[in-house]
Amino acid sequence: MGIEEKLPSGVLLTSVEKIAGWARARSVWPATFGLACCAIELMMTGGPRHDLARFGMEKTGSTPREADLMIVAGRVSQKMAPVLRQIYDQMPDPKWVISMGVCASSGGMFNNYAIVQGVDHIVPVDIYLPGCPPRPEMLMDAIFKLHDKILNMKLGPDRDQEITELEEARLSMLPLHVSAGINDLRSEL
Amino acid sequence: MTTPGGDEPGLPARQEPERADTPVVRTGMFGVHGTQDTSGYGKLQVHRLPPLASEPPYGGYFDAVAESLGSALQADGSGFGDAVERVVVQYGELTFHVRREHLLAVADKLLHDPALRFEIFTGVSGVHYPDETGRELRAVYHLVSITHNRRVRLEVAAPDADPHIPSVTPVYPAANWHERETWDFFGIVFDGHPALTRIEMPDDWLGHPQRKDYPLGGVPVEYRGAKVPPPDERRSYS
Amino acid sequence: MTETTHATPGASDADAEATEGRVYNVAGGDWDELVTNDDERSPNEQIVVNMGPQHPSTHGVLRLVLTLEGETVTDARASIGYLHTGIEKNMEYRTWTQGSTFITRADYLMPIFNETAYCMAVERLLGIEDKIPERAKLIRVLLLELNRIGSHLGGIGPFGLELGATTIFLQGVRMRENVLDLFELITGLRMNHAFVRPGGVAQDLPAGGIEAVRDFVRKAPGWTRDLHKLIDANPVFKARTEGIAYLDLEGCMALGVTGPMLRATGLPWDLRKSQPYLDYETYEFDVPTQDTCDTYGRYVVRMNEIDQSLRIVEQVLDRLADRANVPNDPYLIQDAKIGWPARLSLGPDGLGPSPEHIAHIMGQSMEALIHHFKLVTEGFRVPAGQVYVPIESAKGELGCHVVSDGGTRPYRVHLRDPSFHHLQAVSVLCEGGNLADVIPAIASIDPVIGGVDR
Repeated sequence: MGIEEKLPSGVLLTSVEKIAGWARARSVWPATFGLACCAIELMMTGGPRHDLARFGMEKTGSTPREADLMIVAGRVSQKMAPVLRQIYDQMPDPKWVISMGVCASSGGMFNNYAIVQGVDHIVPVDIYLPGCPPRPEMLMDAIFKLHDKILNMKLGPDRDQEITELEEARLSMLPLHVSAGINDLRSEL
Repeated sequence: MTTPGGDEPGLPARQEPERADTPVVRTGMFGVHGTQDTSGYGKLQVHRLPPLASEPPYGGYFDAVAESLGSALQADGSGFGDAVERVVVQYGELTFHVRREHLLAVADKLLHDPALRFEIFTGVSGVHYPDETGRELRAVYHLVSITHNRRVRLEVAAPDADPHIPSVTPVYPAANWHERETWDFFGIVFDGHPALTRIEMPDDWLGHPQRKDYPLGGVPVEYRGAKVPPPDERRSYS
Repeated sequence: MTETTHATPGASDADAEATEGRVYNVAGGDWDELVTNDDERSPNEQIVVNMGPQHPSTHGVLRLVLTLEGETVTDARASIGYLHTGIEKNMEYRTWTQGSTFITRADYLMPIFNETAYCMAVERLLGIEDKIPERAKLIRVLLLELNRIGSHLGGIGPFGLELGATTIFLQGVRMRENVLDLFELITGLRMNHAFVRPGGVAQDLPAGGIEAVRDFVRKAPGWTRDLHKLIDANPVFKARTEGIAYLDLEGCMALGVTGPMLRATGLPWDLRKSQPYLDYETYEFDVPTQDTCDTYGRYVVRMNEIDQSLRIVEQVLDRLADRANVPNDPYLIQDAKIGWPARLSLGPDGLGPSPEHIAHIMGQSMEALIHHFKLVTEGFRVPAGQVYVPIESAKGELGCHVVSDGGTRPYRVHLRDPSFHHLQAVSVLCEGGNLADVIPAIASIDPVIGGVDR
């Protein structure tokens, strides 16, 4: 069953990109950066009911040196921000970041002096996951989307070209809503 | 003192005439002036409450506590009236407003006197009343007596110009982190604390965040073309 | 020892010591000579180890700076503040009802306790403590005790995980999932419910709620029996927790410790019994204690508290069933100036005020419209004063000190969190013990860093 059925003669043709993507996506080791309430939901995602181990993610990279994915789960305070960056820097490439919860994505309900308004101020984020806290199923959905992204990631010069293209697309992207009103953005320009 | 009810059920009572002499702390129904708000209500003025003071008998075990404290302090030389500015009994809770010079003596008596025995120190927290000049910073202590199943609150005032309050860590070691937190958030310096450093904010933070003159520090939130200012800069309707 | 040759000509032994440390030249068979000659070795070589804020075993973002001599901890300092959120300051810019949403996220393993302490403080200021409807009190007690069970499991599970015993974690989490299911059924959310509001609770129990809780109470003893069988007599667990982190009654009194840590010293101090609130004096339950004062004793106290909570939940269910035929049993205070007016219902466009309510305020009653409008935009006013309401939470005495200046927003809210208070005891618990005992010591305090840092 599985791969053997697809190989009539025992030979599989694929590309290095696909194999690398498949290997990386199927055993992502999270460096759980569990901070607050979202960390509890992250723990419950690893629990028996929503089992994260079936996706190869039970082995948490407790040390960032052997982790691939940093799930920033919870509110990042000003005091914690340098620690977050240091852990991110300690992770070897390739690495991805999921910001779990609204506090990590944008500061959440805590729009104040103490919380960094979104960890994308500190680390580049691949998947933003809203929720306060997001259910384990929502976290798994975010992880699946990340798996898709990892599976289809290119390697080498193709990757550099992909990065340039994505960057150009983002820079020239129009805002979602250009509306006229009292608080019109255009009036600020 | 206004209480809900007053003349009619559900409505706030009218302000007593003696309140008209106290300074005004809040005006208007609209917190932001000079904007496009044209509706009125600007004439509303809320006066500061006169400081409450309850007269004995206080009721319940409060009298026993006050008397025991008074006799314990007298045995030392100072009296109840020197140490305690006023006693407030409100909502079923006893508060001693203690002068800061006598705080350590009062804490010592509350812990060690057999009739008092307030063993459990639950915490210090600060409150900042920027309007009450001379008594802006308050440190509020809550104590529990397991032996007698009682509770008491101590409130100590200090002005902004001289924010020093003696530390009670010699008597209640559990006050250590609470005093650090109160220093961190309000700037109250606890003299005699073994290591008064910031505990919640980063070590090099400037300012004391929970004071009323410290801004909330939020950022305007952009959503679909509109910008919503942070909560402390929005129009206030009350 | 022969003189060492240095890489840099003209360098001296002292320079080498500075850069290379002590250099020993041994040829073989001269161990005794080496040891007897070397009398300048310092007897106490201390290392300072930082168990940094990101660590799988420190129960959250807690930083410990430990000074070690070999394996013995001589100095343990806890450094907190890595999760400081400014909840208390944020609440000063929101109405009294919205405060529930903020304060629930302080100690996120026991959100209902935070909300209840805050709401009881607001109710005391409002003077409506005796007007809270019976059903609201029953639902509050039900949720509080379920939260106590969830919090203890959320402490025992990660306790096992930090000791390296993943099975304990999985078993504890398995039971906790059922508690969270109940919360989702009753309040709508698994965590951070914002369900307890000043005046009562936000919504009534849904249809089938009582049966679901009864089902849980029926199955729970089986699950706790599994946990007991796994953990109680486990020789590895006992070796790692018995005699560890000893804090006797004197130490607890000096440090102001309450909760399971105090009850593990033998003193049956429980605010539900000594200073009852929410009609706790009418329920039958015991206060479990142990007298070993160590980590194992605290674990046993927590497990026994789960059993007692189940007892209370059963009694609450019986009382709720007795009230089943009371029509329109209020779960929020009837005073229209305080109780949230809209009965929420699920419509085609999501959750919102029920159509009956909309029809009432738009078509039938101007007064109801005004109440609704004022309550939603401005909130109710609370008379000036200050109160401190303590409740017996899963971790100790949780108190909410609320100061009001007569307005629609709190003037100052301070949550006296037991985790913050008890974490001061880390030095006392860990110093003199081994490095590996620091983990069970902290886990036996069961701190939740959200409550520590707020």
